[in-house]
Amino acid sequence: MNDIATYNFAYLDEQTKRMIRRAILKGIAIPGYQVPFASREMPMPYGWGTGGVQVTASIIGPDDVLKVIDQGADDTTNAVSIRAFFKKVANVAVTTDTATATIIQTRHRIPEHPLTAGQVLVYQVPIPEPLRFLEPRETETRKMHALEEYGLMHVKLYEDIAKHGRIATTYAYPVKVEGRYVMDPSPTPKFDNPKMHRSPALQLFGAGREKRIYAVPPFTDVVSLDFEDHPFEVQTFDQPCALCAAENVYLDEVILDDHGGHMFVCSDTDHCEKRREEGHRGHLAPEMMEPAQ
Amino acid sequence: MDIAAQSIEGGFADPVFNAQAVFRAVMDAMARPGSLQPVAGFARPPAPLSATSGAIALALCDNDTPLWLDPALHASTPVVSWLGFHSGAPLANTPADSHFAFIATPAEMMALDGFAQGTQDYPDRSTTLILQVGDLASGALLLLEGPGIETSATIAPAQMPRHFVEQWKQNNKRFPRGVDIILATSEGIACLPRTTRIKTMEA
Repeated sequence: MNDIATYNFAYLDEQTKRMIRRAILKGIAIPGYQVPFASREMPMPYGWGTGGVQVTASIIGPDDVLKVIDQGADDTTNAVSIRAFFKKVANVAVTTDTATATIIQTRHRIPEHPLTAGQVLVYQVPIPEPLRFLEPRETETRKMHALEEYGLMHVKLYEDIAKHGRIATTYAYPVKVEGRYVMDPSPTPKFDNPKMHRSPALQLFGAGREKRIYAVPPFTDVVSLDFEDHPFEVQTFDQPCALCAAENVYLDEVILDDHGGHMFVCSDTDHCEKRREEGHRGHLAPEMMEPAQ
Repeated sequence: MDIAAQSIEGGFADPVFNAQAVFRAVMDAMARPGSLQPVAGFARPPAPLSATSGAIALALCDNDTPLWLDPALHASTPVVSWLGFHSGAPLANTPADSHFAFIATPAEMMALDGFAQGTQDYPDRSTTLILQVGDLASGALLLLEGPGIETSATIAPAQMPRHFVEQWKQNNKRFPRGVDIILATSEGIACLPRTTRIKTMEA
């Protein structure tokens, strides 16, 4: 006997996995519908991805290759911690390379590299209910989904236009899945919404605190809500990535000094590194800078 | 082999990894309707429960999921005690109370609308049907469309329920309510979630 506490493969016990697995299957069968599940306490606080971690733990097997991103980055606290967690409790291979990963757990970004069939994208979701800030009562929002009564959401978008002249929602932009359920794509920038539409990869969403799982199967219509005269459009950036000169990717602003200096760099670190390996250079890449005095 | 031994033998040799492998096959099949996902012979249940549907039962069912067995399975004491011993799942009183239904002879099965359909508020509270079919190639050719299918897929499961295409159309019309089907063959499984639309191929 050793004195070290032991735990099951991938941390969760088998009955919990079965319960989550059944919820995932229902979620896939009813795209965009939020399936209630008995979320467990995980060894990390709510808000750190307990829903995504439970989904990943329930689907992962010994042959999987896991990638975890946090706002597109592989090297931030949340991503590093969750990757280390699964390396420890499931002993699986981990990677930062989007193309070779079989499961990608993400917090609020979809990788720039196109996903392929057979990959699973697991989203960490804080508030799964897209109508929650419009109607706080679960009994009411559930009825609204049941009756496909989404007028309130359109009123909200219309009020944006009335106040700001355009739809001001930039992240967690509501989508309609397969013409039926309005769904929160988790707080991804609306830049990523078009990537969800007819993606070859399976997309699973886990909300631990709110105890909901939902899914978008591959090749499923995911349409961002809009109006005929105010069509949905994504953010555009007027300069390329400062490190790898990539265009048409999502950029993060990085503050450089306290004199207003800043630069825009790829939010997807794996994509940025790959491009720099290929020899692409942005105007602030180290090789492009004047040698220090 | 006596009944007591039959009900104990034939479970997963490696419960954690076998259950994960079977679930991933079901998940991939549900996400890509009509595709055949291989399931290795992890379980050896007593006949007439097939090895594939036995593996699905062990991977997904437990004391939270009432089961309904069709008359052929229900009449078999070894099957009932094997499921009871390995999964702990209770038997449902009626098909409408069941979370999973195992059907050994789909050609003689009751209508799909007799099973739990879920409610408009909670469409997930529906029955998942596991149909043991001989193969996916020798029956009437079905053309599948819907989420999970890039353009279209074909499948030709043998020994399907009577008037299946017509029944399935009604199942589609109940969306988001409705049942989901897992077709279990000796080679593996294919799924028909409630979103899949079926067209028959003109001969």
